[in-house]
Amino acid sequence: MSATFIVIPARAAPVRMLGARAWIRTHLFPDWKNGVATVLIAALVAWYLPQLLDWALFNAVFSNDNAACRAVAHDAARPGACWGVITEKYRVILFGRFPHADHWRPLLASLLLVLMLVASCRPRCWRRWLAPAWIAAFAAFFLLMRGGVAGLTYVETARWGGLPLTLLLATLGIAAAFPIAVLAALGRLSPLPAVRAACIGYIELVRGVPLISVLFMASFMFPLFLPPGMTPDVLLRVLAGITLFAAAYLAEVVRGGLQAIPVGQIEAAKSLGLGYWQTQRRIALPQALRHVVPAIMNSFISTFKDTSLVTVVSLYELTGALGLALRGDTDWRPFYFEAYLFIAVIYWTGCYAMSSYSHWVERRLAVSNQTAGNAQ
Amino acid sequence: MSDTSDSPIIQFDKVNKWYGQFHALRDIDLSVARGERIVVCGPSGSGKSTLIRCVNWLEEHQEGRLIVDGVELSDDPKAIETVRRTVGMVFQQFNLFPHLSVLENLTLAPTWVGRLPLNEARERAMAQLERVRIADQANKYPLQLSGGQQQRVAIARALCLTPKIMLLDEPTSALDPEMIKEVLDVMIELAGQGITMLCVTHEMGFARSIADRIVFMDQGQIVEQNAPGEFFANPANERTREFLSKILNH
Repeated sequence: MSATFIVIPARAAPVRMLGARAWIRTHLFPDWKNGVATVLIAALVAWYLPQLLDWALFNAVFSNDNAACRAVAHDAARPGACWGVITEKYRVILFGRFPHADHWRPLLASLLLVLMLVASCRPRCWRRWLAPAWIAAFAAFFLLMRGGVAGLTYVETARWGGLPLTLLLATLGIAAAFPIAVLAALGRLSPLPAVRAACIGYIELVRGVPLISVLFMASFMFPLFLPPGMTPDVLLRVLAGITLFAAAYLAEVVRGGLQAIPVGQIEAAKSLGLGYWQTQRRIALPQALRHVVPAIMNSFISTFKDTSLVTVVSLYELTGALGLALRGDTDWRPFYFEAYLFIAVIYWTGCYAMSSYSHWVERRLAVSNQTAGNAQ
Repeated sequence: MSDTSDSPIIQFDKVNKWYGQFHALRDIDLSVARGERIVVCGPSGSGKSTLIRCVNWLEEHQEGRLIVDGVELSDDPKAIETVRRTVGMVFQQFNLFPHLSVLENLTLAPTWVGRLPLNEARERAMAQLERVRIADQANKYPLQLSGGQQQRVAIARALCLTPKIMLLDEPTSALDPEMIKEVLDVMIELAGQGITMLCVTHEMGFARSIADRIVFMDQGQIVEQNAPGEFFANPANERTREFLSKILNH
């Protein structure tokens, strides 16, 4: 009996696995429990969506007509949103107490930072000039905001506010926190007891207190320990507080990545004669950071939203500026909800962009690990 | 710092090592001549890996003296650095750097430790890859290669710093059976080049054909050492006979 090996040719998949009906069956009605859930959710959407649309669009007031706003807000039969509050107050919400006539300066400064952020996300911009470009961008930002040169009127940092302040605190905070976090993580794993103790002390101390108390200390307590007239700017102190706070959390994330690296990697590097810093820089960190991209981005997103807490020490970033815009204005004060939705959308856009970028980076790293060599 | 051929290149002198309470190496006396090829064998947990890992200070000994190419190993970073430049190492688990291409794995140490210009390091790397017959994979990443290919790359990487001593820690133990031969072939070729080799392995055929001396260890001690012919034909010690009967009769 001679057995001949014959390859079975590939056949097309059965038709019932493809097409819209198959999709509906497998995704919406795979069994009776999911089917019931699908029907219930569809009914809820059908019931509430028209009401939501009526409120948000069809009955809403978009002009800054205060009387009309009050009318739709009190119309129980046909309630509507008052987007007029944004039309009326958006400049104060976005730019805080910055002098009204010079609002082009914070606008330009914000655009500059956003532009730099977008550019920095693109691999083709990951060149040596990126770091100097950021330094130049921050310098330009401070010049625009602070003024006092080139015919720009001087604006003290206490009057900076709104979106540019949020962007500045988030980007500068994250940018400064990252290297500190890496050093603290390495220090925590260091064989040197003094270094290790110092890093553990810093991380556990900062993680053990709420950000608000760090900000209070930076803002009110810290100046008490310095001779009068020597106190650094409140913005600088708050920035330092945010940076140290974010760095402590980030350090633990980086440590997690470092500890996931097989000890064989470090031994191989040692056996090749690489020193401690070369091993960390070339072998440990590149692999560790890849492992923890989602957690790093999680930290960044937290820091971005945590900036809203600086309002407790009288820095009016986006959230603070919103309070500033409405608190003293009895006409528009009732329409907090719509105004909060407005800044919620701004925060959400930033966070969602970061989250999507993180997913893209993860996919890119996964692909480059598998196929980079095949391109050759 | 004599460099004469008759002085041993590695000299263990009453070396002792403990892991906590566990006495891992006991009064090790071993002297390795330049160009000598030594195979270390013994049951698992006998200290053979610990022994060769002491040579490049991946493990530190607590008592005794260990001199490698004229440098006494101690926690002095200068001594460790000098010794590591003379000693190449191949691991059981390959330990290639997965985030670097094959070529980058090979050029890393020459450029950052040996301060070689990149193009020179590349030339040297390609020559070594040629030698282990894997030059066509230079731009792939380690995880795209088979186990045997990865281990050959690891050997090439260790050779890129032109070491005087090669340590091989069970280089074929993590390989699928059909890949063992391609790695052994490379090791046999390496053994013919006059480099000093210290190899922990269970491949007794390989030991018989290339080793100048076989060192048998048990419970942290060197039980006996002899030329392969004598070692296999007339093992002097009961423990050696027991070990050989287990490893050869299956």
